[in-house]
Amino acid sequence: MNEKTLIQQLFKSEYRKIVSVLCKLFGAHHIETAEDIANDTFLLASETWGVKGLPENPTAWLYTVAKNKTKDYFKRRHIFSGKIVSELKYSQLNSESFEMDLSEENSKDSQLKMIFVLCNPLNPTESQIALALRILCGFGIDEIAVAFLTNKETINKRLFRAKEKMRMANIEMELPNSSEIHSRLETVLSTLYLLFNEGYHSSSQHSPLRKELCLEAMRLNYFLIENEATNQPMVNALMALMCFHASRFEARINAFGQAILYDEQDRTLWDEELIAKGNYFLIESAKGNEISKYHIEASIAYWHCTATAHNGKWEHILQLYNQLLQIEYSPITALNRTYALSKVQGNERAIEEAMKLQLNENHFYHCLLGKLHSEQNPKKAMECYEKALILATSSSDKRTIQNHLKKLR
Amino acid sequence: MQSSIKQWQDWIGGIAAQGKFVGTNRLGFEGKTLKPNQVISDGPYAEVKEMVGGYLLVKADGIDDAMKLAEACPILQIGGHVEVRNVIPMSR
Repeated sequence: MNEKTLIQQLFKSEYRKIVSVLCKLFGAHHIETAEDIANDTFLLASETWGVKGLPENPTAWLYTVAKNKTKDYFKRRHIFSGKIVSELKYSQLNSESFEMDLSEENSKDSQLKMIFVLCNPLNPTESQIALALRILCGFGIDEIAVAFLTNKETINKRLFRAKEKMRMANIEMELPNSSEIHSRLETVLSTLYLLFNEGYHSSSQHSPLRKELCLEAMRLNYFLIENEATNQPMVNALMALMCFHASRFEARINAFGQAILYDEQDRTLWDEELIAKGNYFLIESAKGNEISKYHIEASIAYWHCTATAHNGKWEHILQLYNQLLQIEYSPITALNRTYALSKVQGNERAIEEAMKLQLNENHFYHCLLGKLHSEQNPKKAMECYEKALILATSSSDKRTIQNHLKKLR
Repeated sequence: MQSSIKQWQDWIGGIAAQGKFVGTNRLGFEGKTLKPNQVISDGPYAEVKEMVGGYLLVKADGIDDAMKLAEACPILQIGGHVEVRNVIPMSR
């Protein structure tokens, strides 16, 4: 491995540790400083390693440099003794004796606290995701821009504004107390859920990056499971959901990067190991009394991972959608529920229910109607798909609809 | 029993699929009634022939829309009926 790839890898795994540990030491409102120090450390690494070759232990090298840079930074800025020392939890420390603790234990603790700092409802969710990608996943600004289908400038502005807000609000680098942790975890999970979806459903054509977003969401979620305080049923439920979805990652996109519909997927490409992991976390999520939307979505995904339609598969799925809609309505859930209804009670009944949904502006709605009409009334089905074609925006959606039309002709 | 729960869930799920569901509860069989002068009687239904089995709160465009939602209520199949009422918020 050359030093460039290694540095990229280390940036993804070590950047967050350095920033988190520094923030725990200084307080979260000094996040910019912590990031500067971490960035300087990696800059020096790329300059030095390119000339002198790789050090024996690159990670230890980074830690030593980060520690020294931290000391230098505060000596130079003269603010260490005044502004920051007073804020240090161990106020007896001075610039000479203070030690940046990069032990595994402190590093994990700092990162956990960092997750709660960054996934804070204070900021809009797209800012939370951008912050998480930058600081917890070590993504470059350009990578984040690609993920959000926007430019670097927008992302920089978004990050700047988010950090500014955090600084003004004086957010503490600490775990929420036990009475708050559940509701704060909900915010964290919804950020991870959106991060995962960004990768799973995003219209960005950059498929390796999309997969990486999903894996990062899973890694952060697993981090919460590893910690006792955050290893709660709904965290396991979301993990199960992500495992089940990720198990179909290879099967749902063809060699040209186009989406393959569920019914047409090559099931031998489903990742059995991830399905088994999903089952494990789903069982873990059942400890306790709570049923979150992640529990229900994971259960639906579980049934989708079972190949055949035996054991009343669709009846189970329909009941789960009924429950999910009572917790949270969304048009796409309503459409999925209606599809499940057609599998259990037939197309006619499902069409009747679909007509009540009033989602005329939604192209998926017309696709569903097209599908439900296909057998009994192909002419009507074509009309529905034609409407869907007008409303669809993405080229891959349009292609899928055209394929349906071709089959009906 | 299992299939009756499904029936109820399908009905409520259909309302929720239209984005019109707010909340629901079945009412249990335990209860007491308090009347003036500390008169307490057992049972919530001591003096009426009917009892309320549950409620479902919906968002609807008026009574007629709510009546449409009520049409598929499974209680109608076992001799019960649905009373549709509007809600007046306590403060505006």
